[in-house]
Amino acid sequence: METEVKEKIVSIEKPHLEAPADWQPVIMGILCNWCSYAGSDLTGTSRLQYPPNIRIIRVPCSSRVDPWFIIKSLQASADGVLISGCHPGDCHYISGNYYARRRFLVTKKLLNFVGFHENRVQFSWVSAAEGPKFAKVVSKVTEDIKKLGPLHLYKKENI
Amino acid sequence: MARVGVFVCFCGANIADFVDVPAVVEEAKKIKEVKYAIDYKYMCSDPGQGMIRDAIVAHRLTSIVVAACSPRMHEKTFRKALSDAGMNPYLLEVANIREHSSWVHQKDKKAATEKSSDLIRMAVAKSIANEQLHEISVPVTKRALVIGGGIAGIQAALDIADARIPVVLVEKSPSIGGKMAQLDETFPTLDCSQCILTPKMVDVASHPYIELLPYSEVLELDGYVGNYKVKIKRKASYVNFDTCTGCGACWQKCPVKVPNEFNMGIDKRKAIYSPFPQAVPNKPVIDAEHCTMLLKGKCGICAKVCEKGSIDYAMQDEIIEREIGAVVVATGYDLWDPKPYEEYGVGRYKDIITSLEFERMVSASGPTGGVPLRPSDGKIPKSVVFIKCVGSRDEAKGIEYCSKICCMYTAKHAILLHHKVHDSHAYIFYMDIRAAGKGYEEFVKRAQVETGATYLRGRVSKIYQKGEKLMVRGEDAQIGQVVEVEADLVVLATAVYPYKDNPELARLLGISYDKYGFLSEAHPKLRPVETAKAGIFLAGCTQAPKDIPETVAQASATAAKVCGLFSGDTILKDPMISKVNTDYCSGCQNCVTVCPYQAIVTEEIPLGHGSKEIRTVAKINEGVCQGCGSCVAICRSMAIDLAGFTDMQIINEIVSI
Ligand SMILES: Cc1cc2nc3c(=O)[nH]c(=O)nc-3n(C[C@H](O)[C@H](O)[C@H](O)COP(=O)(O)OP(=O)(O)OC[C@H]3O[C@@H](n4cnc5c(N)ncnc54)[C@H](O)[C@@H]3O)c2cc1C
Ligand code: SF4
Ligand code: SF4
Ligand code: FES
Repeated sequence: METEVKEKIVSIEKPHLEAPADWQPVIMGILCNWCSYAGSDLTGTSRLQYPPNIRIIRVPCSSRVDPWFIIKSLQASADGVLISGCHPGDCHYISGNYYARRRFLVTKKLLNFVGFHENRVQFSWVSAAEGPKFAKVVSKVTEDIKKLGPLHLYKKENI
Repeated sequence: MARVGVFVCFCGANIADFVDVPAVVEEAKKIKEVKYAIDYKYMCSDPGQGMIRDAIVAHRLTSIVVAACSPRMHEKTFRKALSDAGMNPYLLEVANIREHSSWVHQKDKKAATEKSSDLIRMAVAKSIANEQLHEISVPVTKRALVIGGGIAGIQAALDIADARIPVVLVEKSPSIGGKMAQLDETFPTLDCSQCILTPKMVDVASHPYIELLPYSEVLELDGYVGNYKVKIKRKASYVNFDTCTGCGACWQKCPVKVPNEFNMGIDKRKAIYSPFPQAVPNKPVIDAEHCTMLLKGKCGICAKVCEKGSIDYAMQDEIIEREIGAVVVATGYDLWDPKPYEEYGVGRYKDIITSLEFERMVSASGPTGGVPLRPSDGKIPKSVVFIKCVGSRDEAKGIEYCSKICCMYTAKHAILLHHKVHDSHAYIFYMDIRAAGKGYEEFVKRAQVETGATYLRGRVSKIYQKGEKLMVRGEDAQIGQVVEVEADLVVLATAVYPYKDNPELARLLGISYDKYGFLSEAHPKLRPVETAKAGIFLAGCTQAPKDIPETVAQASATAAKVCGLFSGDTILKDPMISKVNTDYCSGCQNCVTVCPYQAIVTEEIPLGHGSKEIRTVAKINEGVCQGCGSCVAICRSMAIDLAGFTDMQIINEIVSI
C-alpha cells in the first residue's frame, strides 16, 4: 500500500520521459569549509577519480545551508544536490551540523511530499581526512541521480 | 556595471595536462561581465601576481576570479595581490579547478574542461555580489586567566607573568602543585619532584604579576577573545589568609580526623588542614563537610588556639569578577577508578593499591616514611607485582587509548622499590613497553638491569588470596604459558582519566571535549594548544595524557600564544561575520537560540522613525561571531546575512550554471 502511494507521488519526476543518450546530470555539491571541502581537496591531492558531474559550492558550515539553496538548485539546473559537513561532534562551530541535520531532514520530507525522489537530495558526513570517502559519496550520488533521470519539469528554459 | 577579471592558472602541468586551459579562457570571455581573461603558467608566482595587479589598474576591474588550486591553498596570497593593487582583498573569488577538476578527472579532458568553465562561471557570478570588507579590530584586555595550578598551570602562569602580563591563577584545591607535588622522584632522571617543583610554586606566590586564587572555581565566562569577563567563586576557607602565619597550631589541636586525599587516604588529616608541608599558599582551610563547629556548632578549638585570631567561622563564599583577554585551561587529570576489574578483586583485597598510592608510600615525606607497606598488616612487601594498562587499551573496560606515562613510571617504581627494599623483587605484567622520548628507552633498560625485575608480557586474568599472599595469574605470552606469581603487594597502573567536572567546565567555557572528557584542541597537528574558541588554550593532561616534560612544553606554548595575542592593543578579526538588517527583523530570536557562541543579543529600537514605542531586534556581537552562518539559515525574515557568504552570492553561484 505504502509503496503504491509513494510511487504516485514520485510521478512528478515524469520517469516515462526518456533521457537523451548523451545526457549527463548536474549535481550541486554544497560543502562546509572545514571538513568536507577540505576532504574534497584531499581527494584531489590523492588523485582519486570520480564522475565529473558535481559542481562544488563552499560554505563556512553545513549550518549555513538554507533549504532555499537546495530548492533553487533543483529549480535552476541541478538534477541532484549533495550537502556535506563534518561528522557529528566535529563541527568547527561546535554544533552547526546538528542544526543542519535537522533542517535537512525536514527539507527532505517536504521535497518528498511534493514528489521528488528521496535520492535527489543527499546528505553526508565527510571529514577532512576522508578523501576516499568523498570520491565514493560523489560516485554513489551521481549513479543514483543517473538512475532517476533528468528533472525535465525544471529544465532551465522552462522557468 | 561589474568588470570581472579572470586569471586561469596552468599550475605547471597539474592543470594544463588535464584541462584545455586556453579553451577555458575563451569560454570565460563569453561571460557578459568578464572584461579581461588570461592564463599563465603559475598564477601564484611573482610574475603571475604582477599580472593580476597590472590588470586591475589597466582594465578598471571590480572583482577578480583566479582559477587555480584550492582557495584553502592560496586565497590569502591572491587577496594580498589585490590589496597591493589598491583593491579590497575580499573582492577575490577562487575557482578550484585543480583539486576539484584537473586532479580528479584525469581520464576525461573534455569533461574536466567543461567543469572548469562551470566552476569559473560560478565564481564570476559570486564575485559580482562580493562586497568590500574590512578586518574588524577589537581591543584586548591584557590579562590572562589560568585554570588549574598543576605543573601545567604553574608553568603557563610564570611564563606569561614573566612577560609582564598580569595573570589570574585559579586552583580548586587549597594548594597549587597538582599531581606532581605527590610524586617522589621523576623519570627519566630520577630527580626529586618536590625539589624541582616547590621553587616554582614559591615563584608563583611571590610573583608581582600573578594573582593566585586557591580554593576557587570558575563559574562563568562571558565575552570573546581579548574581552572576556570571568566570574570566580572563592570558596570560604574560614581562615583569614591576611593574618594567618601558617604556624599550624590549629591543625595540631583539631580533634576531627579525615582520610588524607593528598596521601591517597593512607593516613589522616584534620578538618582544618593544609594539604602538605610545602603547600602554596601555606595557609590552612577548614573542610566544611567535616568540621563539627560548622556542622553542629560544637568545638571551636582552632579559634581558641589561633594566636592571630585568624579563624572566622562566619566566612562566606566570595564571588570575584575579572576582565581578561585570554584563558589557559590546565585542569590536569584524575586516575581512572579500577572498579570494573572484578577479577582482580579490586576493593576486596587490601593489598592491591594504585600507582599513586605506591608513589606516596615511597616518597620520603609520605605517610609511611618512604617505605612501601602492605595496607593489610603493615609489613614490608618483598614480592611486588606491577600491572600495567589497567583500564588503558582495554576496550572491554571502556578506554581505548594508551595513558602514555605508565610504562615509564612503572619502570621508575621498580627502581624505587629496589632502592627502598633491597631484598625485594618486582614482577611487571605488561602489554608493550612504550618508551619513546629522550633518555626513556635507556631508563627502562636501566630499571631492568639494575633491579633484575621480571617483565612478563601478557594480561593478568585473575588475582586471588592464598594465606597472606595474593596469587596473580596471568599469561606469559613469550613462552605461551599461564604463570602464577606470589605477591605481597599488587600495584595497578590505572589509566590517566580527565576529572569528572571537565565536561561541565568545557561547557561553561564554550569549548569542546571528547567522549572521555579530555578537552579538544583545534587541530591535532597544527593547532595542538588552541581550542576552536579564539583566545582559549589548553595545557597539560586536561587535553590528553602526557608526562611532565611534555606538559611543560605545552604550557610554555600556550604562554607564547597568549603573549602573541597580547602583542598589540587590538586584534584583527576576519570580517566574514553576520549582520542583522533591523528593518526586516521580527524579533523572534530564533537566531539567538542557534548561535553556538552566544554572539547574538537583543536590542530595543524605536518602532518607527521618531516613534516612542519600541520593538526588540537581534544584534550581533562582532567580536564574538565566528561566521558559521547558522543564524542566517534559521532566520525566517531573511534579516541576517553573512558577509562573504551572503544569500545573494550563493544564489548567484547556483543559478549561474
Ligand atoms: C603514579 C604516577 C607517577 C608519575 N611519575 C611521573 C614521572 O616520574 N615523570 C613525569 O614526567 N611524569 C610523571 N607522572 C605524570 C605527571 O603527574 C603529569 O604529567 C603532570 O602532573 C601533569 O600536570 P598537569 O598540570 O597537566 O595536571 P595536574 O598535576 O593534575 O594538575 C591539575 C591541577 O588543576 C586543578 N584543577 C582541576 N580541575 C580544576 C578546576 N575545574 N578548576 C580549578 N582547578 C582545577 C587540580 O586541582 C590540579 O591542581 C606520573 C603520574 C602518575 C599517576
Ligand atoms: S532570527 Fe531573524 S527575525 Fe528572528 S530575531 Fe534573529 S534576525 Fe531577527
Ligand atoms: S554567524 Fe554563527 S557565530 Fe555568527 S552570530 Fe550567526 S550563528 Fe552566531
Ligand atoms: S564546520 Fe563542517 S559542518 Fe560545521
